[in-house]
Amino acid sequence: MTVTTVREGRPGAGRPSTGGSARVSAALWRRAWLRATLTLTPPLAWFLVIYLASLAVMLVTAFWTVNPFTNTLVHSWTLANFRQLFTSTYLTIIGRTVGMAAIVTVTDALLALPFAYYMARIASRRGRQLLFTAVLLPLWASYIARVYAWIVILQKGGTLSWAFQKIGLGAVNIGYTNIAMWLVFSYIWLPFMIVPVYGALERIPDSLLEASGDLGARNWRTVRSVVLPLALPGVVAGSIFTFSLTLGDFITPLLVGGASSNFIGNVIYSNIGTAGNLPFAAALAVVPIVIMVFYLLGARALGAFRSL
Amino acid sequence: MRIWTRGGALLAAASAIVLVAGCGSSGSTSTSTSGGGGTTAGLTPPEAGKAVPTSVGKTEGKLNLIAWEGYAQPQWVRPFEQATGCQVSTKYGGSSSEMVSLMANGGGGQYDLVSASGDADLRLIYGGDVKPVNINLIPSWKDFHPFLQSPPFNTIGGKHYGVSLQFGPNVLLYSKPTFPTAPTSWSVLYSKKYAGQITVPNNPIQIADVALYLSKTQPSLGITDPYELTQTQFNAAVNLLKQQHPLVKKYWDLASQEISLFQSGTTVVGAAWPYQTNTLVAAGAKVADTIPAQGATGWADTWMLATNAPHPNCAYKWMQWATTPTVQAQQAVYFGETPANKLACPIMDSIQKGACAAYHANAPESYYQTIKFWKTPLAQCGNGKNDCVPFQQWVTAWTQVVG
Repeated sequence: MTVTTVREGRPGAGRPSTGGSARVSAALWRRAWLRATLTLTPPLAWFLVIYLASLAVMLVTAFWTVNPFTNTLVHSWTLANFRQLFTSTYLTIIGRTVGMAAIVTVTDALLALPFAYYMARIASRRGRQLLFTAVLLPLWASYIARVYAWIVILQKGGTLSWAFQKIGLGAVNIGYTNIAMWLVFSYIWLPFMIVPVYGALERIPDSLLEASGDLGARNWRTVRSVVLPLALPGVVAGSIFTFSLTLGDFITPLLVGGASSNFIGNVIYSNIGTAGNLPFAAALAVVPIVIMVFYLLGARALGAFRSL
Repeated sequence: MRIWTRGGALLAAASAIVLVAGCGSSGSTSTSTSGGGGTTAGLTPPEAGKAVPTSVGKTEGKLNLIAWEGYAQPQWVRPFEQATGCQVSTKYGGSSSEMVSLMANGGGGQYDLVSASGDADLRLIYGGDVKPVNINLIPSWKDFHPFLQSPPFNTIGGKHYGVSLQFGPNVLLYSKPTFPTAPTSWSVLYSKKYAGQITVPNNPIQIADVALYLSKTQPSLGITDPYELTQTQFNAAVNLLKQQHPLVKKYWDLASQEISLFQSGTTVVGAAWPYQTNTLVAAGAKVADTIPAQGATGWADTWMLATNAPHPNCAYKWMQWATTPTVQAQQAVYFGETPANKLACPIMDSIQKGACAAYHANAPESYYQTIKFWKTPLAQCGNGKNDCVPFQQWVTAWTQVVG
């Protein structure tokens, strides 16, 4: 508010100053660089100190070890933690985590494309609003509550098994398996795929589709040659969410996973909580970071950030 | 939450003891067989010489506790405040290691008492953070189960570093339709007959349960203490766990998970706490628990007195109060564990019908002798050699087992 007043009052036009705050405002108005510095400093400091610095501290820790007897950090540089990552136990866990993230991403993309296409290009204005609400509504409920709901659905004698028996397909018991994890992950992250794909599809000008038709392309050809290439950045943007969210999760494996369902996050958790082995946990935490760096570079090449 | 949070402190506890053992032992380390105390034979806790009061003086009006959540409920804190004038403030500890760090420097001149678990006790004692108490000032102590009067995890050289509080065994939970008579051996957890219907806790300390089983079923391994395993003994236990893995439906992290696994009939047998059994029975599930012939592992908690406790008289009043039969019964029923005081049994039943028997508070002494209470696995074992597998390797092995 003060800035506006000063602007209207033309500072430095020979009138007596209206007070200290006005002088400060005037000084800020004249020096754009100062204004920018003051505005950007708090968020930048936050980013540097809280985010990057803590990451750096963690990365450094990964090169240390703990004394197995005293459990204190030993500040001598070693690659032992990273070497341990390349043993079969941890490679299996990393492979399982990345594989699940990939499968969930593909599943969500396949579900989101037709859904988002209907929302963006076919549904009426009112229908679109309803669908948007339906997609976003689950995000209002707690993550844990939704995962627990799936336990009730999938466990032995649960809703799914009951429904299968009713229609004569026999009992199913897929609770506490990796299939259960795949279903729950796909469900939970689906909205994060639908929204960016919708954004990409909505931006396709009608004229492009008409031009395609005028040039003799049938529906499927138009979808393949016009719609899908233009939707791809949206899919890639959505996949960043579904992939990274699955990659970093440890609660769903804990709650709905079976006997062989440990994710990277679960092992990090037990190394900090139970074992007190912070360096190895840090080394393990580097794995998803590295994977995501490559993923984001690939996504940028595919134009994902134009859709965000 | 218990196992989840408690395992975390084991390694930390290991560290402190070895540190102290390394620095402090000038004499020869003699062999000893008495549980936790044995690992540090030849050492003297820093506060061992501290004089204990002969009577409880004027109360200070305040009391600061570090406790497990559920250990300082209004039902028994309010009457205490009214009776003694000591206003109680409670800080809940999330894990044993958090409790130990809160108690640094003898409670930092801030805290008076901590409800430490067996895996943290020796660390507090040898770290000089807790001091001896005069057990004669705790009248209910004589009514304790004998095995909890001077247990090796809180009593060293005849000095009591607190009063025992509550404990619980890790039991074998089974479905009655599958087992018309109670299984008599932990072997059911390793039997292909129940493939896909078995659940065990997701915790490295589970290796001790296997070691306990092997100590009876494979005597040639020579396992005498499930927390002190040589590499050969340790490998045998881990191998059995790896054979068990394909039979396991789920390694449970939360008590509620095991309850729903049994409620839905997904699993029919598993390792559990009495809490799960009682919750399931109350909900009408056809389950029961037992301690098989090989015995069981378990946990035990102690109210320990901080070296620099600012309100020692209120602290003594609290130890007196917390060990009375009524409070013992209230806490046991509220939390789902077994009281140290034998006289709590009838009061438990008056709070909740059948609670005394459900939590084995009236069991014969022989029952408690079958429980091997948790302590930290250390490289330095009771045989005086340093050839045991330390806890950190237990964690690595457990990750390999669960996969």
